[in-house]
Amino acid sequence: MAIDEIYTQVITEHSRDKRNRRHIDHATRTQKGVNPSCGDEIELELREENGVITDAAFTGSGCAISQASASMMADLIRGKTLDEAESICATFLGMIKGDVTDAEQLEVLDEALALQGVSHMPARVKCATLSWHTLKTALGE
Amino acid sequence: MANTKNFAADFPALNQQVNGNRLVYLDSAATSMRPQSVLDAAVDFYSTKGANPHRGVYKMAEEATAAYENSRAAVASYLSIDTDELIFTRNASESLNIVMYSYALDALKPGDSIVIPVSEHHSNLVPWQRAAARTGATLEYLYVDRVTGAISDDELERKITSKTKIVAFAHVSNVLGVLFPIEKLIARAKAVGAVTVLDCAQTIAHMPLDLHALDVDFAAFSGHKMYAPMGIGGLYGKRELLARMEPFLFGGDMIEYVREQDTTFAPAPQKFEAGTQNAGGAVALAAAIDYIKAIGWDILEAREAALMRRLVAGLNGLKDVTVIGDSNPDAPRYGVVAFNLRDVHSHDVASILDSYGIAIRAGQHCAAPLMDYLQLPFKSSCRASLALYNTEEDVDRLLECLPLVRGKMGYGD
Ligand SMILES: Cc1ncc(COP(=O)(O)O)c(C=O)c1O
Ligand SMILES: [Zn+2]
Repeated sequence: MAIDEIYTQVITEHSRDKRNRRHIDHATRTQKGVNPSCGDEIELELREENGVITDAAFTGSGCAISQASASMMADLIRGKTLDEAESICATFLGMIKGDVTDAEQLEVLDEALALQGVSHMPARVKCATLSWHTLKTALGE
Repeated sequence: MANTKNFAADFPALNQQVNGNRLVYLDSAATSMRPQSVLDAAVDFYSTKGANPHRGVYKMAEEATAAYENSRAAVASYLSIDTDELIFTRNASESLNIVMYSYALDALKPGDSIVIPVSEHHSNLVPWQRAAARTGATLEYLYVDRVTGAISDDELERKITSKTKIVAFAHVSNVLGVLFPIEKLIARAKAVGAVTVLDCAQTIAHMPLDLHALDVDFAAFSGHKMYAPMGIGGLYGKRELLARMEPFLFGGDMIEYVREQDTTFAPAPQKFEAGTQNAGGAVALAAAIDYIKAIGWDILEAREAALMRRLVAGLNGLKDVTVIGDSNPDAPRYGVVAFNLRDVHSHDVASILDSYGIAIRAGQHCAAPLMDYLQLPFKSSCRASLALYNTEEDVDRLLECLPLVRGKMGYGD
């Protein structure tokens, strides 16, 4: 894959998308994450009711890859149980590491599959995984 | 004519394809490539000498000692200082840490101040934070003009006072690129009796330096930013200061007498060079100086200045590009120019340019307080930097590809 092919329409659009970029009223979990190499920052907010993530959103700033990844993640985990979110998170991190390559297994990632190419861009791995590591910390609480 | 010669042919690492394109290396401020003659000098040292300098009494060791000390003499002459005032280190960071540990910790007391410009590289900033924390001194910042990068006389006089014991500053900021008014800084520091520390990491390969004439007390640089390998650098210190300072690394070959309970140290520079040194690196550094001298400062400076003018003027002419600091193409700029592309994070710009074979730096450039102070979008910037091997084609390639980046990121005109 050529490096600039990572900047697909899905990614550039998500990086600018405002839908998931907001605060959540009565968030039950908030978690900050930073990527010192780019200076990417996000603050993830989740509202959880009876073990289900009823809303997910974030604020922050950074490169397109970090911001798109956060936006896609919010879409993916909204409406999922905590366990489901944890499993999606593990699949995403596995994809970026290059450990998970099975198409069927990756299906749950939907649009976030567009970030698979980052597994060949070591310098940008931290950008793509920032929001997911932040989620992992938030869920681990 | 010599100044239209393509020096890139001398640098094997520049002769490669990246992502299917000719490599255009515009990150020499991070580290510059090495000419074949420098690589050969390192290989020759290890192929023919290779013994431990200052240790053996046999012929090979004597040759290694001579090679190492001749290199010291070559570097000292390059900087217009004496050989016993030059300590070999790994890099500018280590050099600045020596000043911090061996000079500042002993010299500072509560109520004293250390003064640095806000534009300093972390290597010339974090050691001073630590020195302040450990001694009770304060660390104060000189705020540069956000547009020109200059420091006003008023700012100098307000911050550098009779309480000031150390003034440390880069000759050229690795972000702002324009020459600092260091003569003014040095004069003000001297007027209040403060010691001066010059970080010449970004000028060492771009202009002749006469450290005795500048009359600074300490100066730090890295070899890898002047066409030499990584892992060799230097610290200049005035003889009388070095004589007073206690080394911060102890070990072999830096001692005079060692008894069971106490030790006397060798004179400078040996007392600061504990353990086996990077002799191959020192020899290669001397070869890098030979390479620079063979071209000559007149040619080198004129060539780099013309290229820089072309680059800055070109960036000014691009829609959506903002040059950081002084955007005047005729400003005395050495090596680097930082800029941002509207709406796009510098790391995305750098990734996309990489797909065209262009290597630029992106991010905070180890100068986070400056990024904050300048209130840059995303607290980051792109940075292109030039060295003697860059050409008009390199500059034009950047100027031609940069306008494609916003399109790739999905922005219309
Ligand atoms: C102005 C300045 N000072 C210090 C340094 C530190 O150099 P090194 O990493 O070789 O110690 C750099 C390198 O980027 C620099 O640009
Ligand atoms: Zn990033």
